[in-house]
Amino acid sequence: MFRIDFNKLRFLVCDDNPHMRRILRTLLHSFGAREVYEAEDGATALEMYSHYVPDIVIADWQMPIFDGLELAQMIRQPDSKGNPYAPIIMLTGHSEKRRITMARDAGVTEFLAKPISAKGLYLRIMSVVAHPRPFIKTKNYFGPDRRRNTTVAYIGPERRNGGEAEVLQQPSLLDKARVTG
Amino acid sequence: MAKDKTMVPPKIEAFADHHVITPPNTLKHAIRRVIDRELDDPVARAEQALANLSGEFKTWMRSECDRLAAAHAVIVKKGFDARTRGELFRAAHDIKGDAATFGFPAAGAAAESLCRILEHAPDLDAVPPDLIQHHIDAIQAIVREHNTIEKAGVADELSKRLRAVADDYLMVVNRERPDHLEMISAPSIALAE
Repeated sequence: MFRIDFNKLRFLVCDDNPHMRRILRTLLHSFGAREVYEAEDGATALEMYSHYVPDIVIADWQMPIFDGLELAQMIRQPDSKGNPYAPIIMLTGHSEKRRITMARDAGVTEFLAKPISAKGLYLRIMSVVAHPRPFIKTKNYFGPDRRRNTTVAYIGPERRNGGEAEVLQQPSLLDKARVTG
Repeated sequence: MAKDKTMVPPKIEAFADHHVITPPNTLKHAIRRVIDRELDDPVARAEQALANLSGEFKTWMRSECDRLAAAHAVIVKKGFDARTRGELFRAAHDIKGDAATFGFPAAGAAAESLCRILEHAPDLDAVPPDLIQHHIDAIQAIVREHNTIEKAGVADELSKRLRAVADDYLMVVNRERPDHLEMISAPSIALAE
């Protein structure tokens, strides 16, 4: 059985609604988090992202100045000086399929529909910490691998051209988050 | 202050039309194995903290309603433009997302119906003003009279009827816009936990 030491994680919460920020702060502190930074719009969040280098971003979709989708796109810049790989959990009142697809295509790691629950938030955080996905970079996309499952039952065209992999860089292969022993 | 992290470069595998990048897992230090009998349950602790906060929810809901009414009052006075529409949509959308957490699910349902009008009506100036006004009034009434009408099931019935009227309207005005018709008819698929 595994648990997360929330006091070792730094969070950036981005929501224009002060009540939802209060709820998120309460939940994260209850989980054990100590470092929770808050932004009330996308522009401030981006600035705080660069400054505080959070481990996990929790962002609303609907926000003034620029929204959570644009924030995700700005974080997911492969050539940026900052960290383009931080997990982004989108917490939103949107729950339509097309919205989920849009969020996924913007590089969002996990999607959590409101109303929020402690369990839902905990599971999303557990997912991004314990099961990080590799990133895919194509001409049109940069973000977490959108294929969560490899299913033999898939019927449809293969959209990725394979071939033998050429390893461009070979740093130490970091272990997956699963802790054994 | 920014963390002093020494960034280990990611492993990058190049394929014909894409790269697979495995970034260093900088979060695995936060995972620990626990023994089964460890009593600490972070989810239960958080739920209790949320329950402790619930005494403030009615006040918060009222302030959300005030924000919605203020955004609507500006539209009544100045009409719809990108800014006023955005303010009203965000206010309604916040209620849609927060109301169930605050104990007012019927207000959330009515707010969702209003969001759908604001999102899918092809011309907001052509939307019957009463349709929007009734949504605003209903949300306020559900919150204000929570103890009486919610218990009697009136709040739920009110939000359902509003949604039916709004959907009928949207189906008619979008009859030449199949993409919107599809979106209006599509069910929500992201279920909250």
